[in-house]
Amino acid sequence: MTFNVTNDIACPFCGCLCDDLKVIISDGKIVDVKNACIYGLTKFLNYSLERSVTPVVQGDNGKVEVDLETAVDKSARILIDAKYPLLYGWSCTSCEAQRVGLELAEEIGGVIDNTTSVCHGPSIEALQEIGESTCTLGEVKSRADLIIYWGSNPLQSHMRHLSRYTIGTEGRFRKTRDDRTMVVIDVRNTYSARVADYFYQIEPNSDYELMSALRVALRDQEIEQDEVAGLKKDEIYDLADMMISCDFGIVFFGLGLTMSLGANRNVDAALSLIRDLNKRTKFLIMPMRGHFNVAGADVVFTWQTGYPFAVDFSRGYPRYNPGDTSAVDILLRGESDASLIVASDPVATFPVEASKRLLSNPLICIDPHRSLTAKAATVAIPSNFVGIECTGTAYRMDTIPLPLKKVIEPPEGCLSDVQLLEMILRRVRELKG
Amino acid sequence: MSIEVILITGRSTSQGLGLELGKHSEKYKRGVASCELNVDDMRDLAIETDDLVKVSSECGSVVLRVAELEQEVPRGVAFVPNGPWVNLIICSDTSGTGMPRYKGIRVKIHPIEDGIVGDVSSLVEAEDE
Repeated sequence: MTFNVTNDIACPFCGCLCDDLKVIISDGKIVDVKNACIYGLTKFLNYSLERSVTPVVQGDNGKVEVDLETAVDKSARILIDAKYPLLYGWSCTSCEAQRVGLELAEEIGGVIDNTTSVCHGPSIEALQEIGESTCTLGEVKSRADLIIYWGSNPLQSHMRHLSRYTIGTEGRFRKTRDDRTMVVIDVRNTYSARVADYFYQIEPNSDYELMSALRVALRDQEIEQDEVAGLKKDEIYDLADMMISCDFGIVFFGLGLTMSLGANRNVDAALSLIRDLNKRTKFLIMPMRGHFNVAGADVVFTWQTGYPFAVDFSRGYPRYNPGDTSAVDILLRGESDASLIVASDPVATFPVEASKRLLSNPLICIDPHRSLTAKAATVAIPSNFVGIECTGTAYRMDTIPLPLKKVIEPPEGCLSDVQLLEMILRRVRELKG
Repeated sequence: MSIEVILITGRSTSQGLGLELGKHSEKYKRGVASCELNVDDMRDLAIETDDLVKVSSECGSVVLRVAELEQEVPRGVAFVPNGPWVNLIICSDTSGTGMPRYKGIRVKIHPIEDGIVGDVSSLVEAEDE
């Protein structure tokens, strides 16, 4: 038996986009993966579970398998017939597919949104107001001596973040664990909290208050309350001192800020705290992006339209107004009359009321997985796994673009998201004349 | 007997693995249709691991299995992994941000004797227009 080893593979799972994987192939199958976390390993070894390879269309008497041309034609007709189609997903596919998706959205006058709107959408809204002091993960690795994870549990969500970029890696100027201090601020005593040097357990929905108190402490002013967010006043002063005393600090923040009470205002406070800190020392901030190319979706949307997500083309030019042009809000108001979902499973991730509205209208789903959305779709078109069966570009959470490689042949007749979207776009233009 | 707690949703290992292993598996259901509670809250409710509870918010209710505590949860807080089960009780309103509140939600929890954890394919059905 022969084994082929492909090196330097970027992992298409989370926003860490670890690009040091070794994928071992034998007899045309992936048999092992080195350097991956449990999620990356599971993806490479099990990606073909619960997948389909034949397009399916909802007929009068139930679902029927059809050829690709029929599925593409049906999809194009649904999108043309719709007055306000919603094109959603995009975070688990390549930048090349996202670009074609934006062209399609403009062509049909629809609204296109990516999964940012239900993860770090509030972060983007806040940084558009305050600005963002940020850097690359390489700079963090080499220089950061204070690393704060706030509302984030990387040992469960981004498993190699610590070992590749923060406390467990050898950087140019910070070489050992002793050269770095790790702080976790969270509601729960998580796995990440257990490996931190300092853990601050705060009350749910109190992040804004703690950031405000820290800003008071940084200005050498008196915190009037004895306790804020469940922390004693002295603990807050100590934390503020630690932040001021470092040479290069960074806050990595997770959905603990964006999904709690306050949402964008929590991130607004975090960014303001960092701005204040930069008057005393060097301090940076970065959202822990979830899906492997959700950062890329924001980048591609922005260079194509000027806006990072929730882009509405219904007036013929791009408009952006989260809360109005974002997917959940559009569904809740019952405004969209058809949907195209690419590389996402909103039926499993949206609140049930929004999911029900999604299923009430014609639904096209392009996804390699037989997801809940694909199973319920009017037209389901299976695609390739980008980063495993086809190439593409993805952006790491620090918006560094990395190439995704093809390590194995896709099933026969199964095309990439880019090819499928180009076919739909071409058919839309043919039908429109 | 019921208690009022703050619900936190988030990533759990089984939920993360389920994204790749498939959401139709029994393993995914067991991992994601579950609720972690503080041991003192469990004692107050007279429940143990694997018992069933009904979790209710202002937007709905769902039956979940009490899971073994993976990571410590403070008193007055419940943790449920992201997924289609907990989404039955997440309100869709975004307060103008585009983002529904998935964390920090007030919910009521009470033990139930009879009930089943719904199958994933039966959780969401199209709304009648």
